[in-house]
Amino acid sequence: MNDLDTRIGEWRTAVLRSRSVDAADADELEEHLREQIADLQTAGLSSSEAFLIAVGRLGEVDAVSAEFAREHSDRLWKQLAIARPAEGGRRSFVTMLGFAALAVVAIQVARLLATTSDGSASQVFGDPTGGWFLRNLGLFVLPVLAGYLAVLRRMPWPRIAGIAGLVAVVTIVINLFPYVPGSSSETLVGLHLPALLWFVVGAVYVAGELRSSARRMDFIRFTGEWAIYYTLIVLGGGVLTVLTVQVLAPIAPEAIDEVLTWVIPSGGAAGVVVAAWLVEAKKSVVENLAPVLTAIFTPLFAVMLLVSAAGYLIAGIGRRFDRELVSVFDVMMLVVVALVVYGISARGTGRGTRTMDVIRLAAVIAAIVLDLLVLVSMFLRIGDLGVTPNRVAALGLNLVLLVNLAGCAWLGVRQLATGGSGVRLERWQTSYLPVFAGWLLLVVVAISPLFSFA
Amino acid sequence: MNIDKDLVAAMATPLVLAILAEGSNYGYAILKRVRELSGGELQWTDGMLYPLLHRLERLEFIRSEWGTSDTGRPRRYYEITTAGRAQLAEQRRQWAAATRTLGGLWNLTAQGAGA
Repeated sequence: MNDLDTRIGEWRTAVLRSRSVDAADADELEEHLREQIADLQTAGLSSSEAFLIAVGRLGEVDAVSAEFAREHSDRLWKQLAIARPAEGGRRSFVTMLGFAALAVVAIQVARLLATTSDGSASQVFGDPTGGWFLRNLGLFVLPVLAGYLAVLRRMPWPRIAGIAGLVAVVTIVINLFPYVPGSSSETLVGLHLPALLWFVVGAVYVAGELRSSARRMDFIRFTGEWAIYYTLIVLGGGVLTVLTVQVLAPIAPEAIDEVLTWVIPSGGAAGVVVAAWLVEAKKSVVENLAPVLTAIFTPLFAVMLLVSAAGYLIAGIGRRFDRELVSVFDVMMLVVVALVVYGISARGTGRGTRTMDVIRLAAVIAAIVLDLLVLVSMFLRIGDLGVTPNRVAALGLNLVLLVNLAGCAWLGVRQLATGGSGVRLERWQTSYLPVFAGWLLLVVVAISPLFSFA
Repeated sequence: MNIDKDLVAAMATPLVLAILAEGSNYGYAILKRVRELSGGELQWTDGMLYPLLHRLERLEFIRSEWGTSDTGRPRRYYEITTAGRAQLAEQRRQWAAATRTLGGLWNLTAQGAGA
Protein backbone atom coordinates (compact mmCIF):
# COMPACT_ATOMS: atom_id res chain seq x y z
CA MET A 1 0.00 0.00 0.00
CA ASN A 2 2.89 2.27 0.81
CA ASP A 3 4.32 1.77 -2.66
CA LEU A 4 0.91 2.58 -4.13
CA ASP A 5 0.74 5.82 -2.13
CA THR A 6 4.13 6.83 -3.51
CA ARG A 7 3.01 6.20 -7.07
CA ILE A 8 -0.22 8.10 -6.53
CA GLY A 9 1.82 10.94 -5.04
CA GLU A 10 4.04 11.03 -8.14
CA TRP A 11 1.02 11.02 -10.39
CA ARG A 12 -0.53 13.86 -8.38
CA THR A 13 2.64 15.94 -8.74
CA ALA A 14 2.56 15.40 -12.50
CA VAL A 15 -1.07 16.52 -12.64
CA LEU A 16 -0.40 19.61 -10.53
CA ARG A 17 2.50 20.63 -12.74
CA SER A 18 -0.07 21.99 -15.14
CA ARG A 19 -1.14 25.36 -13.87
CA SER A 20 -4.68 24.71 -15.06
CA VAL A 21 -5.27 22.04 -12.41
CA ASP A 22 -5.53 23.35 -8.87
CA ALA A 23 -5.19 21.45 -5.59
CA ALA A 24 -8.94 20.87 -5.25
CA ASP A 25 -9.12 19.41 -8.76
CA ALA A 26 -6.19 17.18 -7.93
CA ASP A 27 -8.02 16.01 -4.79
CA GLU A 28 -11.05 15.17 -6.88
CA LEU A 29 -9.02 13.29 -9.48
CA GLU A 30 -7.01 11.48 -6.81
CA GLU A 31 -10.18 10.35 -5.05
CA HIS A 32 -11.42 9.02 -8.39
CA LEU A 33 -8.15 7.22 -8.99
CA ARG A 34 -8.13 5.63 -5.53
CA GLU A 35 -11.69 4.41 -5.86
CA GLN A 36 -10.99 2.93 -9.27
CA ILE A 37 -7.91 1.16 -7.91
CA ALA A 38 -9.87 -0.21 -4.96
CA ASP A 39 -12.56 -1.57 -7.31
CA LEU A 40 -9.99 -3.20 -9.57
CA GLN A 41 -8.24 -4.76 -6.57
CA THR A 42 -11.56 -6.19 -5.40
CA ALA A 43 -11.83 -7.76 -8.83
CA GLY A 44 -8.54 -9.53 -8.10
CA LEU A 45 -5.85 -7.32 -9.63
CA SER A 46 -2.56 -6.59 -7.89
CA SER A 47 -2.05 -3.04 -6.67
CA SER A 48 0.43 -2.14 -9.41
CA GLU A 49 -1.82 -3.58 -12.15
CA ALA A 50 -4.78 -1.72 -10.70
CA PHE A 51 -2.76 1.49 -10.59
CA LEU A 52 -1.73 1.21 -14.25
CA ILE A 53 -5.24 0.50 -15.47
CA ALA A 54 -6.81 3.22 -13.33
CA VAL A 55 -4.29 5.82 -14.52
CA GLY A 56 -4.87 4.70 -18.10
CA ARG A 57 -8.63 5.09 -17.77
CA LEU A 58 -8.26 8.52 -16.24
CA GLY A 59 -6.45 9.57 -19.41
CA GLU A 60 -3.10 11.07 -20.35
CA VAL A 61 -2.14 13.75 -17.86
CA ASP A 62 -1.41 16.24 -20.65
CA ALA A 63 -4.73 15.65 -22.38
CA VAL A 64 -6.70 15.91 -19.16
CA SER A 65 -4.93 19.08 -18.03
CA ALA A 66 -5.44 20.58 -21.51
CA GLU A 67 -9.15 19.94 -21.02
CA PHE A 68 -8.98 21.61 -17.61
CA ALA A 69 -7.16 24.53 -19.25
CA ARG A 70 -10.03 25.01 -21.70
CA GLU A 71 -12.48 25.24 -18.83
CA HIS A 72 -10.26 27.21 -16.44
CA SER A 73 -8.30 29.48 -18.77
CA ASP A 74 -8.35 32.14 -16.05
CA ARG A 75 -5.95 30.03 -14.03
CA LEU A 76 -3.31 30.37 -16.73
CA TRP A 77 -3.33 34.07 -16.03
CA LYS A 78 -1.53 34.60 -12.80
CA GLN A 79 -3.84 36.56 -10.59
CA LEU A 80 -2.62 39.97 -9.55
CA ALA A 81 -5.06 40.07 -6.66
CA ILE A 82 -3.32 38.98 -3.49
CA ALA A 83 -3.58 35.22 -3.41
CA ARG A 84 -4.30 34.24 0.19
CA PRO A 85 -5.07 36.93 2.72
CA ALA A 86 -4.93 34.18 5.33
CA GLU A 87 -1.19 33.44 5.47
CA GLY A 88 0.09 36.76 6.78
CA GLY A 89 -0.99 38.44 3.54
CA ARG A 90 -3.41 40.72 5.29
CA ARG A 91 -0.81 41.83 7.79
CA SER A 92 1.71 42.59 5.07
CA PHE A 93 -1.02 44.57 3.31
CA VAL A 94 -1.78 46.58 6.44
CA THR A 95 1.93 47.21 7.04
CA MET A 96 2.28 48.46 3.48
CA LEU A 97 -0.74 50.76 3.89
CA GLY A 98 0.71 52.12 7.11
CA PHE A 99 4.02 53.03 5.50
CA ALA A 100 2.33 54.43 2.40
CA ALA A 101 0.26 56.67 4.71
CA LEU A 102 3.46 57.67 6.49
CA ALA A 103 5.04 58.69 3.18
CA VAL A 104 1.93 60.74 2.35
CA VAL A 105 2.00 62.48 5.72
CA ALA A 106 5.73 63.21 5.37
CA ILE A 107 5.42 64.76 1.94
CA GLN A 108 2.31 66.78 2.82
CA VAL A 109 3.82 68.13 6.05
CA ALA A 110 6.93 69.11 4.09
CA ARG A 111 4.81 70.75 1.41
CA LEU A 112 2.80 72.69 3.97
CA LEU A 113 6.00 73.80 5.72
CA ALA A 114 7.41 74.89 2.39
CA THR A 115 4.30 76.82 1.38
CA THR A 116 3.70 78.58 4.65
CA SER A 117 7.36 79.47 4.87
CA ASP A 118 6.82 81.88 1.98
CA GLY A 119 6.56 84.55 4.63
CA SER A 120 7.71 84.32 8.20
CA ALA A 121 8.73 80.66 8.40
CA SER A 122 11.31 80.98 5.65
CA GLN A 123 14.00 81.70 8.30
CA VAL A 124 13.41 78.24 9.69
CA PHE A 125 14.86 76.65 6.59
CA GLY A 126 17.10 79.52 5.61
CA ASP A 127 16.13 79.07 1.99
CA PRO A 128 13.46 80.04 -0.47
CA THR A 129 10.82 77.40 -0.12
CA GLY A 130 10.97 75.83 -3.56
CA GLY A 131 14.67 75.10 -3.29
CA TRP A 132 14.41 73.56 0.16
CA PHE A 133 11.50 71.35 -0.82
CA LEU A 134 13.05 70.05 -4.04
CA ARG A 135 16.48 69.57 -2.49
CA ASN A 136 15.03 67.41 0.29
CA LEU A 137 12.39 65.68 -1.84
CA GLY A 138 14.07 62.29 -1.68
CA LEU A 139 14.28 62.50 2.11
CA PHE A 140 10.52 62.74 2.54
CA VAL A 141 9.78 59.45 0.83
CA LEU A 142 12.71 57.08 0.44
CA PRO A 143 13.57 56.73 4.16
CA VAL A 144 9.96 55.64 4.64
CA LEU A 145 10.47 52.99 1.98
CA ALA A 146 13.69 51.93 3.70
CA GLY A 147 11.76 51.73 6.98
CA TYR A 148 9.11 49.56 5.35
CA LEU A 149 11.75 47.18 4.02
CA ALA A 150 13.51 47.16 7.41
CA VAL A 151 10.27 46.00 9.02
CA LEU A 152 9.75 43.36 6.33
CA ARG A 153 13.31 42.10 6.75
CA ARG A 154 13.12 42.33 10.59
CA MET A 155 16.44 44.12 10.54
CA PRO A 156 18.27 44.24 13.85
CA TRP A 157 18.31 47.64 15.56
CA PRO A 158 22.08 48.27 15.44
CA ARG A 159 22.07 47.96 11.65
CA ILE A 160 19.03 50.22 11.34
CA ALA A 161 20.74 52.74 13.58
CA GLY A 162 23.89 52.66 11.46
CA ILE A 163 22.03 53.30 8.23
CA ALA A 164 19.76 55.90 9.82
CA GLY A 165 22.85 57.68 11.19
CA LEU A 166 24.29 57.93 7.69
CA VAL A 167 21.06 59.37 6.34
CA ALA A 168 20.91 61.82 9.23
CA VAL A 169 24.44 63.07 8.50
CA VAL A 170 23.61 63.64 4.83
CA THR A 171 20.36 65.37 5.82
CA ILE A 172 22.15 67.71 8.19
CA VAL A 173 24.89 68.46 5.68
CA ILE A 174 22.62 69.37 2.80
CA ASN A 175 20.44 71.49 5.06
CA LEU A 176 23.31 73.38 6.66
CA PHE A 177 25.07 74.22 3.39
CA PRO A 178 24.36 77.84 2.42
CA TYR A 179 23.24 77.28 -1.19
CA VAL A 180 22.88 80.30 -3.43
CA PRO A 181 19.13 80.41 -4.16
CA GLY A 182 18.29 78.79 -7.46
CA SER A 183 21.90 77.64 -7.90
CA SER A 184 22.86 74.64 -9.97
CA SER A 185 24.55 73.05 -6.91
CA GLU A 186 21.17 72.93 -5.27
CA THR A 187 19.53 71.40 -8.34
CA LEU A 188 22.30 68.82 -8.52
CA VAL A 189 21.67 67.80 -4.92
CA GLY A 190 17.94 67.56 -5.65
CA LEU A 191 18.71 65.26 -8.60
CA HIS A 192 21.37 63.09 -6.99
CA LEU A 193 20.04 62.73 -3.46
CA PRO A 194 17.10 60.43 -4.43
CA ALA A 195 19.55 58.20 -6.33
CA LEU A 196 21.88 58.12 -3.32
CA LEU A 197 18.98 57.32 -1.03
CA TRP A 198 18.00 54.52 -3.37
CA PHE A 199 21.30 52.89 -2.43
CA VAL A 200 20.32 53.31 1.22
CA VAL A 201 17.08 51.51 0.35
CA GLY A 202 19.31 48.89 -1.26
CA ALA A 203 21.36 48.47 1.91
CA VAL A 204 18.14 47.74 3.78
CA TYR A 205 16.81 45.58 0.96
CA VAL A 206 19.78 43.22 1.20
CA ALA A 207 19.20 43.21 4.97
CA GLY A 208 22.70 44.47 5.60
CA GLU A 209 24.37 41.67 3.61
CA LEU A 210 26.22 44.31 1.66
CA ARG A 211 29.03 42.03 0.51
CA SER A 212 26.87 39.33 -1.01
CA SER A 213 26.92 39.49 -4.80
CA ALA A 214 23.73 37.44 -5.03
CA ARG A 215 21.88 39.81 -2.67
CA ARG A 216 23.13 42.79 -4.64
CA MET A 217 21.80 41.20 -7.81
CA ASP A 218 18.45 40.72 -6.07
CA PHE A 219 18.45 44.42 -5.33
CA ILE A 220 19.20 45.22 -8.98
CA ARG A 221 16.26 43.03 -10.02
CA PHE A 222 14.09 44.70 -7.39
CA THR A 223 15.06 48.10 -8.79
CA GLY A 224 14.03 47.15 -12.32
CA GLU A 225 10.70 45.68 -11.29
CA TRP A 226 10.02 48.57 -8.93
CA ALA A 227 10.64 51.06 -11.73
CA ILE A 228 8.16 49.25 -13.96
CA TYR A 229 5.46 49.03 -11.28
CA TYR A 230 6.00 52.65 -10.31
CA THR A 231 5.71 53.76 -13.93
CA LEU A 232 2.46 51.83 -14.27
CA ILE A 233 1.13 53.39 -11.05
CA VAL A 234 2.09 56.86 -12.29
CA LEU A 235 0.34 56.20 -15.61
CA GLY A 236 -2.80 55.11 -13.79
CA GLY A 237 -2.51 58.15 -11.54
CA GLY A 238 -2.19 60.34 -14.65
CA VAL A 239 -5.46 59.01 -16.04
CA LEU A 240 -7.13 59.58 -12.66
CA THR A 241 -5.81 63.14 -12.51
CA VAL A 242 -6.92 64.05 -16.02
CA LEU A 243 -10.39 62.64 -15.34
CA THR A 244 -10.60 64.48 -12.01
CA VAL A 245 -9.75 67.76 -13.70
CA GLN A 246 -12.27 67.18 -16.45
CA VAL A 247 -15.02 66.19 -14.04
CA LEU A 248 -14.36 69.05 -11.61
CA ALA A 249 -13.98 71.72 -14.31
CA PRO A 250 -17.70 72.41 -14.86
CA ILE A 251 -18.69 72.54 -11.19
CA ALA A 252 -15.70 73.75 -9.19
CA PRO A 253 -12.89 75.03 -11.41
CA GLU A 254 -11.38 76.98 -8.50
CA ALA A 255 -10.95 73.81 -6.43
CA ILE A 256 -8.90 71.95 -9.06
CA ASP A 257 -5.51 73.37 -8.06
CA GLU A 258 -6.18 72.78 -4.40
CA VAL A 259 -7.24 69.17 -5.01
CA LEU A 260 -4.27 68.46 -7.24
CA THR A 261 -1.71 69.85 -4.78
CA TRP A 262 -3.05 67.35 -2.28
CA VAL A 263 -3.56 64.41 -4.60
CA ILE A 264 -0.45 64.43 -6.81
CA PRO A 265 2.29 64.52 -4.13
CA SER A 266 0.35 62.07 -1.96
CA GLY A 267 -0.13 59.66 -4.83
CA GLY A 268 3.48 59.96 -5.91
CA ALA A 269 4.77 59.28 -2.40
CA ALA A 270 2.37 56.44 -1.63
CA GLY A 271 3.13 54.87 -5.01
CA VAL A 272 6.77 54.43 -4.00
CA VAL A 273 5.80 52.14 -1.13
CA VAL A 274 2.97 50.42 -3.00
CA ALA A 275 5.27 49.59 -5.92
CA ALA A 276 7.81 48.06 -3.52
CA TRP A 277 5.07 46.01 -1.88
CA LEU A 278 3.86 44.79 -5.27
CA VAL A 279 7.36 43.72 -6.26
CA GLU A 280 7.82 41.86 -2.97
CA ALA A 281 4.37 40.26 -2.99
CA LYS A 282 4.44 39.32 -6.65
CA LYS A 283 8.00 38.32 -7.25
CA SER A 284 7.05 34.68 -7.22
CA VAL A 285 3.75 35.17 -8.97
CA VAL A 286 4.23 37.32 -12.04
CA GLU A 287 6.93 36.69 -14.55
CA ASN A 288 9.55 39.39 -14.15
CA LEU A 289 8.98 42.14 -16.65
CA ALA A 290 12.35 43.91 -16.70
CA PRO A 291 14.17 41.06 -18.49
CA VAL A 292 11.35 40.81 -21.03
CA LEU A 293 11.49 44.51 -21.82
CA THR A 294 15.28 44.25 -22.01
CA ALA A 295 15.06 41.43 -24.53
CA ILE A 296 12.78 43.55 -26.70
CA PHE A 297 14.79 46.74 -26.49
CA THR A 298 18.39 45.47 -26.60
CA PRO A 299 18.39 44.85 -30.37
CA LEU A 300 16.57 48.14 -31.04
CA PHE A 301 19.04 50.14 -28.96
CA ALA A 302 21.93 48.26 -30.55
CA VAL A 303 20.77 49.34 -34.01
CA MET A 304 20.22 52.93 -32.87
CA LEU A 305 23.66 53.12 -31.26
CA LEU A 306 25.49 51.53 -34.19
CA VAL A 307 23.81 53.89 -36.66
CA SER A 308 24.54 56.92 -34.47
CA ALA A 309 28.15 55.91 -33.93
CA ALA A 310 28.61 55.46 -37.68
CA GLY A 311 26.94 58.82 -38.32
CA TYR A 312 29.18 60.64 -35.86
CA LEU A 313 32.25 58.92 -37.27
CA ILE A 314 31.43 60.04 -40.81
CA ALA A 315 30.00 63.47 -40.17
CA GLY A 316 31.81 64.49 -37.01
CA ILE A 317 29.86 66.27 -34.31
CA GLY A 318 27.72 69.15 -35.46
CA ARG A 319 28.78 72.77 -35.39
CA ARG A 320 25.98 73.77 -33.10
CA PHE A 321 26.93 71.14 -30.56
CA ASP A 322 25.56 71.91 -27.14
CA ARG A 323 28.09 71.53 -24.37
CA GLU A 324 25.35 70.37 -22.03
CA LEU A 325 24.72 67.42 -24.33
CA VAL A 326 26.98 65.35 -22.08
CA SER A 327 23.97 64.62 -19.87
CA VAL A 328 22.15 63.15 -22.88
CA PHE A 329 25.04 60.75 -23.37
CA ASP A 330 25.00 60.00 -19.64
CA VAL A 331 21.40 58.90 -19.98
CA MET A 332 22.25 56.87 -23.07
CA MET A 333 25.02 55.01 -21.27
CA LEU A 334 22.84 54.52 -18.22
CA VAL A 335 20.27 52.84 -20.47
CA VAL A 336 22.96 50.61 -21.98
CA VAL A 337 24.19 49.63 -18.50
CA ALA A 338 20.58 48.80 -17.59
CA LEU A 339 20.23 46.68 -20.74
CA VAL A 340 23.38 44.78 -19.81
CA VAL A 341 22.36 44.31 -16.17
CA TYR A 342 18.82 43.11 -16.84
CA GLY A 343 20.02 41.12 -19.83
CA ILE A 344 22.41 39.09 -17.69
CA SER A 345 19.99 38.85 -14.77
CA ALA A 346 17.73 36.73 -16.97
CA ARG A 347 20.40 35.15 -19.12
CA GLY A 348 19.22 31.63 -19.88
CA THR A 349 21.24 28.74 -21.18
CA GLY A 350 19.00 27.93 -24.10
CA ARG A 351 19.18 28.64 -27.78
CA GLY A 352 19.68 32.23 -28.91
CA THR A 353 21.65 33.19 -25.81
CA ARG A 354 24.80 33.66 -27.83
CA THR A 355 23.06 35.84 -30.42
CA MET A 356 21.74 38.03 -27.61
CA ASP A 357 25.24 38.25 -26.11
CA VAL A 358 26.62 39.43 -29.45
CA ILE A 359 23.87 42.02 -29.86
CA ARG A 360 24.45 43.27 -26.31
CA LEU A 361 28.19 43.49 -26.87
CA ALA A 362 27.61 45.44 -30.10
CA ALA A 363 25.39 47.88 -28.20
CA VAL A 364 28.01 48.31 -25.47
CA ILE A 365 30.87 48.91 -27.90
CA ALA A 366 28.81 51.31 -30.01
CA ALA A 367 27.87 53.25 -26.88
CA ILE A 368 31.54 53.48 -25.83
CA VAL A 369 32.67 54.63 -29.29
CA LEU A 370 29.86 57.18 -29.44
CA ASP A 371 30.66 58.54 -26.02
CA LEU A 372 34.40 58.75 -26.66
CA LEU A 373 33.79 60.55 -29.95
CA VAL A 374 31.60 63.08 -28.24
CA LEU A 375 33.95 63.62 -25.33
CA VAL A 376 37.10 63.94 -27.47
CA SER A 377 35.45 66.28 -29.98
CA MET A 378 34.14 68.39 -27.15
CA PHE A 379 37.54 68.80 -25.60
CA LEU A 380 39.26 69.41 -28.95
CA ARG A 381 36.77 71.75 -30.53
CA ILE A 382 35.35 73.60 -27.64
CA GLY A 383 38.59 73.68 -25.73
CA ASP A 384 37.97 75.66 -22.62
CA LEU A 385 34.90 74.06 -21.13
CA GLY A 386 34.60 76.33 -18.18
CA VAL A 387 34.23 74.30 -15.01
CA THR A 388 30.71 74.50 -13.57
CA PRO A 389 29.02 72.19 -11.06
CA ASN A 390 26.74 70.83 -13.77
CA ARG A 391 29.63 69.97 -16.07
CA VAL A 392 31.65 68.34 -13.33
CA ALA A 393 28.65 66.24 -12.36
CA ALA A 394 27.84 65.30 -15.96
CA LEU A 395 31.44 64.51 -16.92
CA GLY A 396 32.03 62.58 -13.72
CA LEU A 397 28.98 60.41 -14.28
CA ASN A 398 30.10 59.98 -17.86
CA LEU A 399 33.45 58.68 -16.68
CA VAL A 400 31.88 56.36 -14.11
CA LEU A 401 29.60 54.89 -16.78
CA LEU A 402 32.36 54.69 -19.36
CA VAL A 403 34.52 52.60 -17.04
CA ASN A 404 31.56 50.36 -16.29
CA LEU A 405 30.84 49.83 -19.99
CA ALA A 406 34.49 49.27 -20.79
CA GLY A 407 34.48 46.49 -18.19
CA CYS A 408 31.31 45.07 -19.74
CA ALA A 409 32.85 45.14 -23.21
CA TRP A 410 36.03 43.40 -22.04
CA LEU A 411 34.13 40.72 -20.13
CA GLY A 412 31.65 40.36 -23.01
CA VAL A 413 34.46 39.70 -25.50
CA ARG A 414 36.06 37.20 -23.14
CA GLN A 415 32.74 35.48 -22.57
CA LEU A 416 32.14 35.08 -26.29
CA ALA A 417 35.68 33.87 -26.87
CA THR A 418 35.68 31.28 -24.08
CA GLY A 419 31.97 30.47 -24.15
CA GLY A 420 31.70 31.10 -20.42
CA SER A 421 28.61 32.03 -18.48
CA GLY A 422 27.57 35.53 -17.51
CA VAL A 423 28.78 35.14 -13.95
CA ARG A 424 31.81 37.41 -14.33
CA LEU A 425 29.68 40.11 -15.95
CA GLU A 426 27.20 39.82 -13.11
CA ARG A 427 30.02 40.06 -10.54
CA TRP A 428 31.40 43.12 -12.32
CA GLN A 429 28.03 44.87 -12.14
CA THR A 430 27.33 43.97 -8.53
CA SER A 431 30.80 45.02 -7.40
CA TYR A 432 30.43 48.27 -9.33
CA LEU A 433 27.41 49.36 -7.28
CA PRO A 434 29.54 51.00 -4.54
CA VAL A 435 31.24 53.10 -7.22
CA PHE A 436 27.87 54.52 -8.23
CA ALA A 437 26.93 55.10 -4.61
CA GLY A 438 30.27 56.74 -3.89
CA TRP A 439 30.00 59.05 -6.86
CA LEU A 440 26.47 60.09 -5.84
CA LEU A 441 27.64 60.79 -2.30
CA LEU A 442 30.46 62.88 -3.70
CA VAL A 443 28.06 64.96 -5.81
CA VAL A 444 25.65 65.45 -2.93
CA VAL A 445 28.13 66.48 -0.26
CA ALA A 446 31.33 67.59 -2.03
CA ILE A 447 30.57 69.43 -5.27
CA SER A 448 28.54 72.24 -3.69
CA PRO A 449 31.30 73.41 -1.27
CA LEU A 450 33.91 73.15 -4.06
CA PHE A 451 31.94 75.65 -6.11
CA SER A 452 31.02 77.78 -3.10
CA PHE A 453 27.38 76.71 -3.43
CA ALA A 454 26.95 78.42 -6.80
CA MET B 1 -19.27 -1.61 -30.97
CA ASN B 2 -17.93 1.72 -29.70
CA ILE B 3 -19.81 4.93 -29.99
CA ASP B 4 -18.09 7.60 -32.08
CA LYS B 5 -16.15 10.18 -30.09
CA ASP B 6 -18.04 13.23 -31.45
CA LEU B 7 -21.32 11.58 -30.57
CA VAL B 8 -20.05 10.86 -27.06
CA ALA B 9 -19.11 14.51 -26.70
CA ALA B 10 -22.59 15.55 -27.82
CA MET B 11 -24.24 13.11 -25.41
CA ALA B 12 -22.08 14.03 -22.45
CA THR B 13 -24.07 16.97 -21.13
CA PRO B 14 -27.56 15.39 -21.23
CA LEU B 15 -26.12 12.14 -19.91
CA VAL B 16 -24.51 13.76 -16.87
CA LEU B 17 -27.55 15.92 -16.22
CA ALA B 18 -29.88 12.92 -16.51
CA ILE B 19 -27.78 10.89 -14.07
CA LEU B 20 -27.71 13.76 -11.61
CA ALA B 21 -31.49 14.16 -12.05
CA GLU B 22 -31.73 10.72 -10.39
CA GLY B 23 -30.04 12.15 -7.31
CA SER B 24 -26.85 13.93 -6.30
CA ASN B 25 -23.69 11.99 -7.00
CA TYR B 26 -19.90 12.16 -7.35
CA GLY B 27 -17.56 11.74 -10.31
CA TYR B 28 -16.54 8.10 -10.03
CA ALA B 29 -20.10 6.93 -9.40
CA ILE B 30 -21.39 8.97 -12.34
CA LEU B 31 -18.91 7.22 -14.63
CA LYS B 32 -19.86 3.83 -13.21
CA ARG B 33 -23.50 4.59 -13.96
CA VAL B 34 -22.59 5.63 -17.53
CA ARG B 35 -20.76 2.34 -18.06
CA GLU B 36 -23.62 0.36 -16.63
CA LEU B 37 -26.23 2.14 -18.80
CA SER B 38 -24.28 1.85 -22.05
CA GLY B 39 -23.14 -1.71 -21.46
CA GLY B 40 -19.56 -0.58 -22.02
CA GLU B 41 -20.24 0.74 -25.52
CA LEU B 42 -19.71 4.31 -24.47
CA GLN B 43 -15.96 4.80 -24.01
CA TRP B 44 -15.05 7.80 -22.00
CA THR B 45 -11.67 9.03 -20.78
CA ASP B 46 -12.47 9.28 -17.09
CA GLY B 47 -10.46 12.46 -16.53
CA MET B 48 -12.51 14.36 -19.08
CA LEU B 49 -15.62 14.11 -16.90
CA TYR B 50 -14.29 16.65 -14.38
CA PRO B 51 -13.72 19.60 -16.71
CA LEU B 52 -17.24 18.91 -18.02
CA LEU B 53 -18.68 18.90 -14.49
CA HIS B 54 -16.89 22.18 -13.76
CA ARG B 55 -18.26 23.71 -16.95
CA LEU B 56 -21.80 22.67 -16.04
CA GLU B 57 -21.27 24.13 -12.59
CA ARG B 58 -20.09 27.42 -14.11
CA LEU B 59 -23.24 27.45 -16.27
CA GLU B 60 -25.21 26.86 -13.02
CA PHE B 61 -26.84 23.67 -14.29
CA ILE B 62 -25.34 21.83 -11.34
CA ARG B 63 -23.79 22.80 -8.02
CA SER B 64 -21.16 21.04 -6.00
CA GLU B 65 -20.36 20.47 -2.39
CA TRP B 66 -17.41 18.82 -0.69
CA GLY B 67 -18.23 15.88 1.53
CA THR B 68 -16.26 12.86 2.68
CA SER B 69 -16.11 9.34 1.32
CA ASP B 70 -16.51 6.19 3.43
CA THR B 71 -12.75 6.11 3.83
CA GLY B 72 -12.76 9.69 5.13
CA ARG B 73 -11.17 11.25 2.06
CA PRO B 74 -12.62 14.48 0.62
CA ARG B 75 -15.17 13.84 -2.12
CA ARG B 76 -17.03 16.34 -4.25
CA TYR B 77 -20.75 15.74 -4.71
CA TYR B 78 -22.70 17.28 -7.57
CA GLU B 79 -26.39 18.10 -7.57
CA ILE B 80 -28.64 19.28 -10.39
CA THR B 81 -30.25 22.74 -10.17
CA THR B 82 -33.59 23.99 -11.47
CA ALA B 83 -31.81 25.53 -14.45
CA GLY B 84 -30.14 22.17 -14.98
CA ARG B 85 -33.47 20.39 -15.05
CA ALA B 86 -34.83 22.90 -17.58
CA GLN B 87 -31.70 22.38 -19.69
CA LEU B 88 -32.15 18.62 -19.45
CA ALA B 89 -35.78 18.90 -20.61
CA GLU B 90 -34.66 21.03 -23.56
CA GLN B 91 -31.90 18.60 -24.51
CA ARG B 92 -34.34 15.75 -24.22
CA ARG B 93 -36.68 17.40 -26.73
CA GLN B 94 -33.79 17.90 -29.14
CA TRP B 95 -32.55 14.33 -28.80
CA ALA B 96 -36.10 13.02 -29.27
CA ALA B 97 -36.40 15.05 -32.47
CA ALA B 98 -33.03 13.80 -33.68
CA THR B 99 -33.77 10.13 -33.01
CA ARG B 100 -37.26 10.50 -34.52
CA THR B 101 -35.78 11.93 -37.69
CA LEU B 102 -33.12 9.29 -38.06
CA GLY B 103 -35.43 6.57 -36.84
CA GLY B 104 -38.05 7.37 -39.49
CA LEU B 105 -35.41 7.24 -42.19
CA TRP B 106 -33.73 4.09 -40.98
CA ASN B 107 -36.97 2.20 -40.45
CA LEU B 108 -37.78 2.85 -44.14
CA THR B 109 -34.31 1.75 -45.28
CA ALA B 110 -34.50 -1.31 -43.09
CA GLN B 111 -37.87 -2.26 -44.65
CA GLY B 112 -36.48 -1.51 -48.14
CA ALA B 113 -33.47 -3.69 -47.52
CA GLY B 114 -35.67 -6.44 -46.11
CA ALA B 115 -38.02 -6.42 -49.15
